[in-house]
Amino acid sequence: MADPKIAYVRETMLPPQAPPGNDTGAVSWIRENLLSSWLNVILTVLSLWLVYYVVSHVAPWLLRGIWQADSLAQCRQIRDEMYGAGANVACFAVITERWNQLVFGFYPRSGYWRVILAFVLLVVAIAPVLFAALPRKMLWFSLVSPLLMFFLIWGGTIWGPIAVGLGLAAMVGAGVLVTRKRGMLLGVLVAIGVGILWFLNPFAIVWNGVGGAGNPLGFLFPIDSLITRIGDAVAPGLALPRVLSKDIGGFTLSFIIGIAGIALSLPLGILLALGRKSNMLIINTLSVAFIEVIRGVPLIVWLFTASLLLNYFMPPGTNFDLMLRVIIMVTLFSAAYIAEVVRGGLAAIPKGQYEAADALGLDYWKAMRLIILPQALKISIPGIVNTFIGLFKDTTLVVFIGMMDPVNLLGSIRANTAWNGIYWELFLFVGLMFFIVCFLMSRYSIYLEKRLRREHR
Amino acid sequence: MSLSTQPPKEPFRLGQLLSDTRYRSITIQVVALVLFALGLWWLIGNTAENLKNLGKTFSFDFLGQRSNYDINQRLIPYDSTSTHGRAALVGILNTLLVAAMGCVLATVIGVIAGVLRLSKNWLIARLMTVYIEGFRNVPLLLWILLIFALVSESAPAPRAFANGDANMILWGTMAITNRGIYVPSPVFTHGAWLIAAAFVVAVGVAAWLRRKSLREQAATGKPPLPLWQAAGVVLGLTGLVYLLQGGIVFTLLFVVQLAIIAAIFIYVRRFVRPALQYVPSQRASATATALGALTALLWAIYISPALWHMLTGVFGTPAFTPSITLDVPALGGFNFTGGFNVRNSLVALWLALSLYTGAFIAEVVRSGIVAVPKGQSEAAAALGMPASRSMSLVILPQAMRVIVPPMISQYLNLTKNSSLAIAVGYMDVRATLGGITINQTGRELEGMLLMGVFYLALSLIIAAAGNWFNARVKLKER
Repeated sequence: MADPKIAYVRETMLPPQAPPGNDTGAVSWIRENLLSSWLNVILTVLSLWLVYYVVSHVAPWLLRGIWQADSLAQCRQIRDEMYGAGANVACFAVITERWNQLVFGFYPRSGYWRVILAFVLLVVAIAPVLFAALPRKMLWFSLVSPLLMFFLIWGGTIWGPIAVGLGLAAMVGAGVLVTRKRGMLLGVLVAIGVGILWFLNPFAIVWNGVGGAGNPLGFLFPIDSLITRIGDAVAPGLALPRVLSKDIGGFTLSFIIGIAGIALSLPLGILLALGRKSNMLIINTLSVAFIEVIRGVPLIVWLFTASLLLNYFMPPGTNFDLMLRVIIMVTLFSAAYIAEVVRGGLAAIPKGQYEAADALGLDYWKAMRLIILPQALKISIPGIVNTFIGLFKDTTLVVFIGMMDPVNLLGSIRANTAWNGIYWELFLFVGLMFFIVCFLMSRYSIYLEKRLRREHR
Repeated sequence: MSLSTQPPKEPFRLGQLLSDTRYRSITIQVVALVLFALGLWWLIGNTAENLKNLGKTFSFDFLGQRSNYDINQRLIPYDSTSTHGRAALVGILNTLLVAAMGCVLATVIGVIAGVLRLSKNWLIARLMTVYIEGFRNVPLLLWILLIFALVSESAPAPRAFANGDANMILWGTMAITNRGIYVPSPVFTHGAWLIAAAFVVAVGVAAWLRRKSLREQAATGKPPLPLWQAAGVVLGLTGLVYLLQGGIVFTLLFVVQLAIIAAIFIYVRRFVRPALQYVPSQRASATATALGALTALLWAIYISPALWHMLTGVFGTPAFTPSITLDVPALGGFNFTGGFNVRNSLVALWLALSLYTGAFIAEVVRSGIVAVPKGQSEAAAALGMPASRSMSLVILPQAMRVIVPPMISQYLNLTKNSSLAIAVGYMDVRATLGGITINQTGRELEGMLLMGVFYLALSLIIAAAGNWFNARVKLKER
């Protein structure tokens, strides 16, 4: 239906033309991203100046760094020979020379392999938890490895960890068995009962309180110490030299506290969150009070409480390891934070999901385990990982109760005459180590979020 | 014939405590309560026995005893003859001081960094990412130590001011040294109450005018009395009284002030007023008035005396001195005397806390802005609003809904993190009550308990205030 008034109609498409030169390539990118307005021009100039200022000061210092020397004086001597007197040069030799101390603290030199092996075991144990592609059977090793790592790092006889493992297995086994037959509540109570029977001396407790001296039923010691004694009598060779907690330091210490805290605080935090969402008045009140009190007071105060006051609350004569106290405090502290994060996740689950679980006839724990918690935890991943990052960073605070963490070593290395006066190099190193670990954790959380994303976007 | 719909009543069996959902929750709660009570009883029993073994009693008498130690940074009078209770109060005020300063600066840094991270400028967005990731992933303790080293090593020693290597800033009233920053402190003499009274009256008058104009706006739509006029009333009245107390120099001073006010007037008229027209709510106006009054207060007690200090240098001391003057730090011997010394420990702690928390706040602000649907900024653009105004009038008010709750928890974190003062020796409540006092008196239990209660109360107050604010700014939905 050609319109007679139109003289000419093009029947073929023209090939697309390249955009004008100003709109493509580097020029356009710079115009769009750096110079789009006057404010942007000013910002660009300012940032360029800042980058130049920092790089021009730090790059020579960093790149010419001296890595081999025995003391700061020697370092300066080498510098004067290479770059002229007074040049601005880093002395990283302090890191190479004190590497072992920064990593292991005052752990006996002959036992370094134990820490390294424990670290390798940790990687193997943690891998199946982090990456779903690995075989699920590896999770069994993840369950056993804490006891193995404890044995490797602290030493002593292997029968202690074995007895503890058997005891935990007995608790879980009895609990599961009774739960199947008689329901959850009785199962939990039976598990707690088995635990008391295995780890504490119930008769002595009734008689004198925990650890009470001179109880007339002292011959009835708990089962775990029984196993340890029998094991030591049968095979006394299965032991490593003991290492005291006060000798463990450096990044080993940070990792032990950080990882123990992370592993223990997640389940505790989830339980607290469930308690806070519960409509049972007493459970709810106790959870809320616990969370608010723990979160309302700085971690430093809790750490001082652990080091100054915990002995007051324990039966007279009790004295347990400072590192254990710190781990307990750090765990409680981050559990309270995780509880709040998970509570947010629980609140975000639509009510229909709870109702659907009820409609299927699931009981409370099944509904939580199979329907609610998987969704709530998926939502709370960023918050949980943030809490973990915070926990790992907070391990540096143990310096204030006298533990040999990397920050404490910073001070003691600087106090040494050989390295007196060195500062930035050590800071850079310790900061960088923390940065790497924390940054990897946050990247992992992003990866996990992407992997678990189920809805279509 | 009647059919009973009620099930037959069964006698209560003990097993129902576990199997029947009606009773089970009660059982669980009773078990939990019994366990909790047993645990508490055990802890208290142990504590009582331990205290008895140590020959200690539980009492707070030590708060009234002589402290015998000095505190170098303090807001209220204190010396070593004061009581431990007063030392604790000094520490509490120091904690509050650094927390408040930190919250303000962290908010400024955080909002700027958060907005800039979303900037279209590639370079600045990357720089902000580096800042945020760098500060978030390194322990705060390291930042505090690092910044402390920076401020105490990079600033000049007081000696450098004597031989001219370094100069005082702000008309020669402030010195930045490696021993801290010396700032002038206001000195109030007997006539100061006149100025204070004039200030109070002026604020009252300004508030009354403001409210009147707001009522007029509600009735007629006429734009309300702008901020600069309210501030001008306060400044004018206060300044007039101040002027009356001085002589010729003061007339000059007043002229200078009027010129500055005129400059502000022109500025406000050109740039701020059109933006203010878009804010109809009473809250924004009240905030503006409060800001104006604060500015005027700062002007009256700091900037005016500073100008006076400068002018007396030119014209000589006038016959009449005003009742508010400045004690300006001066170099005497090897150190500065006079004025107020903001110690490096406070500066380092303040900067580190602000930069660290600022990185977190930046992320909070960014996620809040991202959470506002894109259609909102497009709608603003379609109405012809420039980007800056659409940010302040369309995006940020909606982003507040997402921003405020996590912001409150960042303030809480900052407040609690101020206890890291221990790293630089700033005398906060942990250092006084929880440190030296405990060491001197041996009252760990009582000292730690008081400190814990203080922090807990502070946290709860901040949380409550934050929630109140949140309830006010959140979107009203039906």
